[in-house]
Formats: sequence, structure tokens, C-alpha cells
Amino acid sequence: MAGRSEIVVRFAGEGGQGVVTAAEMMARAAAGVGFHALTFATFPSQIIGGPTWTQARVSRYPVLSPGDTVDILVAFNANAYEEHRGDVREGGVILIDPSITPDASDTAHRCIVVPFDELAKQTGEARAANMVVMGGLSRLVNMPVEYFKDFVSARFAGREGVVEANHMALDLGLAHMAEEAPVSDLGEPEPPEYKQLFIKGNDAVSLGAMHAGVEFYMGYPISPATPILLYMERHLVGPGRFAYQASSEIESITSVLGASFAGKKAMTATSGPGFTLMTEGIGLAWMAELPCVIVNVQRGGPATGLPTKTEQSDLLAALTPAHGDSRLPVIAPGTVEECFYATVAAFNWAERAQCPVVLLSEHTLAERAQNIPKPDLDATPVESRLTYSGGEGGGENGYLRYDGWELSPMPVPGHAGAYTANGSEHDPYGDTTHLPARHVQMTERRFSKMKLLEDGTFESERPAAKIAVMPWGGSKGSVREAYELLREDGVDIGWFYTMFLNPLPPKLLEELQAKDLVIVPELNYQGQFASVLRSLRVNAEPITQYTGLPFKAGKLSERIRSMIASASKTPQAVKA
Amino acid sequence: MSANNPEYDFTWCPGCGDFGVRRALELAMTEWNVKYETPMANNVVVAGIGCSGNLVHLLEGDQPYGFHGIHGRSLPLALGVKMARPELNVVTVAGDGDFLGIGAEHIGPQAARNLNICTVIMDNSVYGLTKGQASPTTVQGTVTSSTPYGKLETPIDPLALYLTLGVTYIASSYSVKPRDLAKLIFDGMEHQGFSIVHVQSPCTTYNDTFEVLKGNKKKGIDPSAWTIPADHDPSDRAQARGIIEQGGVPLGLIYQDKSRPSFDAGADELNKRASQKDTATLLAAYDL
Repeated sequence: MAGRSEIVVRFAGEGGQGVVTAAEMMARAAAGVGFHALTFATFPSQIIGGPTWTQARVSRYPVLSPGDTVDILVAFNANAYEEHRGDVREGGVILIDPSITPDASDTAHRCIVVPFDELAKQTGEARAANMVVMGGLSRLVNMPVEYFKDFVSARFAGREGVVEANHMALDLGLAHMAEEAPVSDLGEPEPPEYKQLFIKGNDAVSLGAMHAGVEFYMGYPISPATPILLYMERHLVGPGRFAYQASSEIESITSVLGASFAGKKAMTATSGPGFTLMTEGIGLAWMAELPCVIVNVQRGGPATGLPTKTEQSDLLAALTPAHGDSRLPVIAPGTVEECFYATVAAFNWAERAQCPVVLLSEHTLAERAQNIPKPDLDATPVESRLTYSGGEGGGENGYLRYDGWELSPMPVPGHAGAYTANGSEHDPYGDTTHLPARHVQMTERRFSKMKLLEDGTFESERPAAKIAVMPWGGSKGSVREAYELLREDGVDIGWFYTMFLNPLPPKLLEELQAKDLVIVPELNYQGQFASVLRSLRVNAEPITQYTGLPFKAGKLSERIRSMIASASKTPQAVKA
Repeated sequence: MSANNPEYDFTWCPGCGDFGVRRALELAMTEWNVKYETPMANNVVVAGIGCSGNLVHLLEGDQPYGFHGIHGRSLPLALGVKMARPELNVVTVAGDGDFLGIGAEHIGPQAARNLNICTVIMDNSVYGLTKGQASPTTVQGTVTSSTPYGKLETPIDPLALYLTLGVTYIASSYSVKPRDLAKLIFDGMEHQGFSIVHVQSPCTTYNDTFEVLKGNKKKGIDPSAWTIPADHDPSDRAQARGIIEQGGVPLGLIYQDKSRPSFDAGADELNKRASQKDTATLLAAYDL
């Protein structure tokens, strides 16, 4: 593996030991000089303590997933050493604290004792232990320590003492490792031509909402969606804008609907349990034709489930959260970059079709920090709802808010067009009705608007292949790596991907229906997306995983390979 | 709206107290529009689910905007409307089941925020639309369709609850005199904060309390409704508690705290401390 142009470093210890910030710092410093970097974090649901680990994957080339194997493990305590050393590849390095007794029989790994805390104390800044680690790592991955020093200078600009101590910590770490051979050589970075951001998925969602013109936000704290609430409360300020913490998710969704009714672009964000509480309100939004965006940052479920682990098990809930006849538009970003564009698209869809739209993110994307191309705001159009400003559209008893089988302009309270937004079945004025013909008309009206949302984009590669793989959401990166491994081996397989899960782009659906087999790797037990595709007459088979962790590309590629093999052996399993 | 609308077929039972509340609300909104020179479209009536919530469809004459949402959620819907557009006059109408039963969790937070809306509660101590089940204010021991051997719980005391939660305008009335009620509702709209006008609005089908409220000398029934004396000081919390503890149905303004800023006024203050940045600037914070 020597000379490999990428490196995976895992930091493991207890919450509060700087484990989380270490991976982010490593990735940020590397991205700052032109490498590609991505972090992965998983931690217990507690404030301080508990086993925590994060990792950073750094490469000269774009990285799509957290990586399968670990090159370097930094173990801050004995537990972390025991738990994680099995994941370190042969020939990999383990950095341990002097308090840990290494296993002498372990000949597969190079174990290096580093007195993190003691060296940090020498700098006069006890919190600089992370920098001692970075100094050592710069030697092990053959990355100039100056990269880290520049990062420190920028991060702590104006605080000379802190900069000096951290620079010293970097030097001490490096000096401690002076005799150690590098474990890998990243080579020279090749900075991309375009401008970049270093950002997490949740922040990309928040910025997408800001660009889309969100005006009203209410949300209740819940992992892993809380950062969106915090962002909105800080930045969604100024005249005509409002963001605040709700007393429950029921209050979140209903206040969002009140604001939408009052003419505002409105959003809330939550995770599984909160999404469940919102379902009656979401049904009301569908019924009363109120545009809004509901972000569900998925975690493991059901019930309280796995609050700080990842899963893709809310798809069916997102499609039909409410009782009765409804099926919501769902957009699921697959990368941190897509988190931005998916959110803008969710607002555009909601405003265009006057309906609720679910943005289905997930824990891995939310917490992943990554370098991404900077979004071009001018090239990302924003839509607003059709509004009624008087004139035509009036009936005998007032404005015909729900007239006919298609979209009607929305009046704005305070102006002409008074009507009643009604969660009961209603006539064109919004008054309650029980007439069978009216329920038929209104039901069809609410579904027919979905035709306005068939403009979703998609990826399609090797269309001639009879078997294709199609991930959704945050599994995109790992599945893409698995696909590329299979293609390197010459496996005849195609690739499909879209973040527009409902309605699917019609052209994509046609292509999927023409395949002998569409393999859908997804992080849930039931194979939720595969079941949706099957209901759309696509011969889809899921590859599932429900560990709370993302797919590993290598192992996944083997599972795809054996599914292809068994499909070709049992022709009855595929389309005639 | 329904007057000319043959599709809308809901009606209140003859003699229902909600007719009087409707009249009072129409009077209060009209007075508001005259005073502030606003169109009726500047009023938003957010309704709960139940007989009372249908008021939003039964308003006569010039129509305000309406929102007939889901059971128990009139307050958070109104929260969204008001904080999105503070210039609108937002009124919620709901019944005792909707507001004090399934929706009770929303009263505390709006009281804490002093949300600037006026809430009109039509209390008939029964779930009328579902045909006569016990509600949170039904008297203990009462036989209803859902309490065939008598209700076990003690009824909650809504006025004491409002005072405890910090509602800043608390009035109590009945539906018998719409003009008096209209005055309390109008003053509730004027109040800068969370106002609740709690109205005894009898259900003539399942729980006809008109006689109890007004009394009947021939039968020797004293009226349960009584007028709050003119010397009552609504700004005095202890006096307000005294009024509530006298029991029966007090008529008039019980409590008003004008010292607390409303939620929208507070949000305006926060905005002065916050700095609004455009999206390009926000994006630049993540530049590599």
C-alpha cells in the first residue's frame, strides 16, 4: 500500500477528548492545501465520555466515502486501542498514549507510543494534545508540517500565544516521530481550479434554505438535526423573517403551516421521532395545499432508536407520513454538495406545487465535513408560489381557492381573496363538504399537481448493461466506489442515481423498467426503496445493511457481485 | 360564507350558544376594522375541530381569512400566522375539548411567549360533534355517552389554569349577551399579548346549562353567572385569583398584565441585536 495516494486516519477515545475535532482539523488542514478530504463521526448520545470515534479520509483525488480500511489509528485510551486495532490494515500504524500497554504479539501493526498530554503541557497549552498528534501525523503521511501551521495561524488569527503554543505542539509531535518511516505518501496536492467550501451536510442544508429564500423556521432540538435549528436561529433574522425553538414537533409543523398560509416560505427540520409527531400536520399541509419543506435527518429507528447512528429507514414514512390518500414529494441528497441543491429544489417544488415536500437527509451526511465545489448562486434558480392579487378567480361566495383540477393562485391574508384553508374535505371556497364528486375532484387535484414535479435530474451510465446498481441518499458514495471496483474488474453493470425519489424522473423510470435487474443497496432491513421501485414495475432487489453504520465499498462490491451471479444462474428471478 | 353555499351542510342545533359567540366575534372584528381602517381580509380566524370550530365557516357578511386545521392545534397554527405577519389580527376559536383536552399542551408555551393573539373558547363541557362524550370541564360524576357510570375525574378549572400559566388577559363570559361578549373580545384583540376570553356556550342537545347560568326563580335556581364588581382591579393578580376562587361563572375581565412585551415585540427587539447577512456572505464563511 506504500505510495497509495490516500490515507484514512481514525481517532478513537472518549467524548470530550478532542476526538471529534481532531478528524475535522486533519481534513480541514488537508483540504486547505488542495487535498480532498471527508470526515466520518459516530458518537454516543451523551455530553461527556462514552466511546467516540471519528475518521478523516484524505486523498489527492475526490473521496466519496469514509473509506474501508484504516491506515493510522490514534487511540486515546486502552478501550479505543482494543476496540479499533482490528480495523487497522496490515502494516498500518497505531499511535497510543503511554498509559496503554500494547499487545506485544501484534506483529501486523507498528505501534508508536506518544505522550500526547505530556508534550502538550510543555507548550504551556494543555489543550494542544491534538496538535501533537497532527505533528506526528504530518511525518507519517509525509505531509509538510507547515500545512498544519498555516491552518493554525488562520484559525487562531490574532491570538499570538495560542498560535505559538500550537506551532510548538506540532513541532514536538513531529520531532517525536522523526525516526519513524512514513506509512503512506500522499504526494503533492492538486488543488482544483474551482472555488471550494469545507462544510458539513447540515450546514449545506441550512445554506440551501437561505438561498431558496426561507422566511420562517421553527424546530425542536433533536439529534442529528439540531444544527439546522441553531443555524436558522442565528441567521434567519431581519425584517419579515422569523426563526425560533418550538415546544414540540407538533408545534413546529403547525406553526410552519400557519406561516405558509400567511404567505411565507417556511421550513422545519427534525429526525425520525419528531417526523412521526408531525405526520398529522403534514397531512393537513397536503389537504390544504400549503407549501412547506420538512427536513428529516434520518437516524436509526423506530421509536428513539439509534439517535447518533445512520440509517435509511424513513423512506416509506417520508412518502406516506399521513393517513389517507397522499404521497409526498421526496428529495434525498446523496452528498454534502447535494444537500445544498436538494434543499433549494425542495423549496422550489413546494412553492411550485403548493404542497409539503420532504427532504430526506441522514446522519452520515449531516455530520460529514467535506470539501465541495462552491455553489454558484446565480446559476441556482429560486421559485416562489403563484399568488392571487385580486381580479379574476372570484366566485359567488368569494375567491375560488381550490377551483378545478389544477393549481390555483394562493391569496395572501391581508389582501383580496379571503378563503378558509381547511383540513376537512372542502369545496372551492375552502368550506367543508361531503359530496362524493367533490372528494373525487379534490383528491385528483392534489395528486395531479405532482406532474409539475417531473423535472428531476438523474445519472445514468452504461445504459446497455442489463443489470444496474442504483443507490439512494447518503449511500451514494460507498455504492459508487463499489461500482467502480466492479467496473475495474470488467463486470458488466450499469449505474443509475437520482435524489428525486418521488416523483421519479419519468425518463429514469422508463430506463429502470427496461432492466433485467436493478440492485438497490440501502441501509434498512426491508429494502424500502427496492419495494417502491417494484411497485413501479421495476425488477429491483435490495442489498440491505442495518448496523447503524454506512456501507464499506469493498464488502458491498462482493455482495453485488454475488447477486449478479445468482441472478444469472436463476433466470426466473429476472425479467423474461 | 355558508349562507349562500349549498355544499356546506353543517348547522348548529337550534339555540346553540355558539350563535351568540359568532355574533360577538363579528361585532368585535367589525369594530376593529373601523378603528384601524383595515379590510376584513386583515383578520385571520384560526379554528379548532368541533362544533365551535365550524364558526369559521358560519361567519356572516364580509369574510375574514380562515384556517380550519386539525384537532387541538389552533394555537400553534395561529403562532405561525402571527409571527409570520404580526400586522394581522389573529383570533383563534376552539372548544373546551379541543383547547383544554387534546390541545392543552400548547397553552403554556404561548402564555410564556405572550403570543399576541386573541383566543375565544366556547365551553359547553361536552364533546358535541361526536355526540355527547365527557370533556375536561365536565363535572365529576356526570353520566355521558362515554361515562355510562359517571365521570371519574374532577373537572379542570380553566380560569385558574390560565392565571397559573401566565396568560396576560383573562376574561370570562357567556354567550347570552353578544354585545357584552363582543366588548371583551375586542379588548382582548387590543391587548398586546396572549388573551383568552373563556365563554360558557351551552350545548342545547347534550348539556343545556342556560338555566343554570341564568337561574330560574320559579324553580329556585340561583344563576351561576355573576357580574364582576366594578371595583375589581384586573391588574391585581391576588384579586384575580379571588374572583376565580369564588366559583360560578364570573362575567367580565378577570386579569390583565400590560407589563410584559408580546412575542412579536420581543422578536423585533432580538432583531435589533442580530445582524442579517446575505447568502453570499453566509456561504463565504465556509470558503476554503
